[in-house]
Amino acid sequence: MIRIVDYGVGNIQAFMTMFKRLGLEATRARTASELEGATRLILPGVGAFDHAMTLLNQSGMRERLEEMVQQRQIPVLGICVGMQMLAGGSDEGELPGLNWVPGQVKAFASHPQSKDLPMPHMGWNDLVVKPGHKLFTAFEPEPRFYFLHSYYFEAADKADVAATAEYGHHFDCVVSRGHIHGVQCHPEKSHHFGAQLLKNFAEL
Amino acid sequence: MLRPRIIPCLLIHKGGLVKTQQFKTPKYVGDPINAVKIFNEKEADELMVLDIDASVNKAEPNYAQIAKLAAECRMPLCYGGGVTTADQAARIIDLGVEKVSVSAAAVANPELLTKIASAIGRQSVVAVLDVRKKTGFFSKGYELCTHNAKTSHKLDPIAFARQMQEAGAGEIVVNSVDRDGEMKGYDIDLARQLRTELKVPLTILGGAGSLDDVSALLGACGVIGAAAGSLFVFKGQYRAVLFNYPTPQQKDDLCRAALRSYEKN
Repeated sequence: MIRIVDYGVGNIQAFMTMFKRLGLEATRARTASELEGATRLILPGVGAFDHAMTLLNQSGMRERLEEMVQQRQIPVLGICVGMQMLAGGSDEGELPGLNWVPGQVKAFASHPQSKDLPMPHMGWNDLVVKPGHKLFTAFEPEPRFYFLHSYYFEAADKADVAATAEYGHHFDCVVSRGHIHGVQCHPEKSHHFGAQLLKNFAEL
Repeated sequence: MLRPRIIPCLLIHKGGLVKTQQFKTPKYVGDPINAVKIFNEKEADELMVLDIDASVNKAEPNYAQIAKLAAECRMPLCYGGGVTTADQAARIIDLGVEKVSVSAAAVANPELLTKIASAIGRQSVVAVLDVRKKTGFFSKGYELCTHNAKTSHKLDPIAFARQMQEAGAGEIVVNSVDRDGEMKGYDIDLARQLRTELKVPLTILGGAGSLDDVSALLGACGVIGAAAGSLFVFKGQYRAVLFNYPTPQQKDDLCRAALRSYEKN
């Protein structure tokens, strides 16, 4: 059973629709007890980093989530700001992140090769995937995904990087550390490419 | 590499989909949900849905309809029409919409964009500018319009677009009133000027009659959004209603060729 962590940020309905279409059972969890029973967790997120962290911290779900992911090793997929929250922190805000995948969230505006490009990075971009990675099983060549963001995850350990995309420079857009995964792009809005990624995550 | 976005723009009037010409004579073209389903199947890059009644009637956004559209839509969705407060924008985002566009309300009160951006993040805030070429004997340049082009404002669209960007817009959509529904091509000069002036993503709407018009726009401006209504809802000179969209292969070929010609210039 997939549980979508509904802490007040992010497009929960889009995930529900996508999983229903894939024939996968998914429900939203608004409390710690509603998280129970999860075999997979989706951590969505949009907007500002601190806003999302604040709402997660106040949701009453943070501790249970930590325990489920860290102790019980339940696979989790962070999406967009939900991926950025996996990092230790973000240049966008003050609050610490979950620190499940070592790294820091940085601004495209601070990168010499990206700073002069239109911001946010908006639209469809190609994923350069790590060959053989399980998240990309059955992917066709040139997978493309929808992006909408101005900050990006920079993994401290490049072994955690499962895919990059290019916007001025190659940035880490999919991270994968054991059972913890994060994608910067929006699989719930990326047609059959996104559907395949969510299906792969559900079947890991 | 980031790709240009090719975006069907759908107009809602009295609950159904319509297509206008120069913002007038709305012609009924079908059911909104059905159109979303078709563009899902065709894997459109994004979808823009504008309720052209809401601001004119001073009505709230039709949340029930937006929720249905968002639940059906498997591509990024931008909704516009009747949004006058940050709370309304946040409610629309919660329904599963990626971007909310503001037009008339932003002209009346540019600070509204700042408030909306702090509520939903600037990446989800779109300013739609309806512009009309001045046609008077001594006048040149453009004027900004609102309320289905029934009201015009003494504002320079390019300066105003820059102001919208400063205020918190994450994307600017510029819609040419006089080209709407004419299917004779985009206003490429204006698009070029806007591209050099703006730091946020730009989308041009109004005038596309063929994929060649889309190519010409991308060839002139590079990676931007090319939005169109008539092009994706009509077929042939008699404007028979037929929802259509380039195949992934057509789109790839078109974008690659256009970007090659952009880089040469």
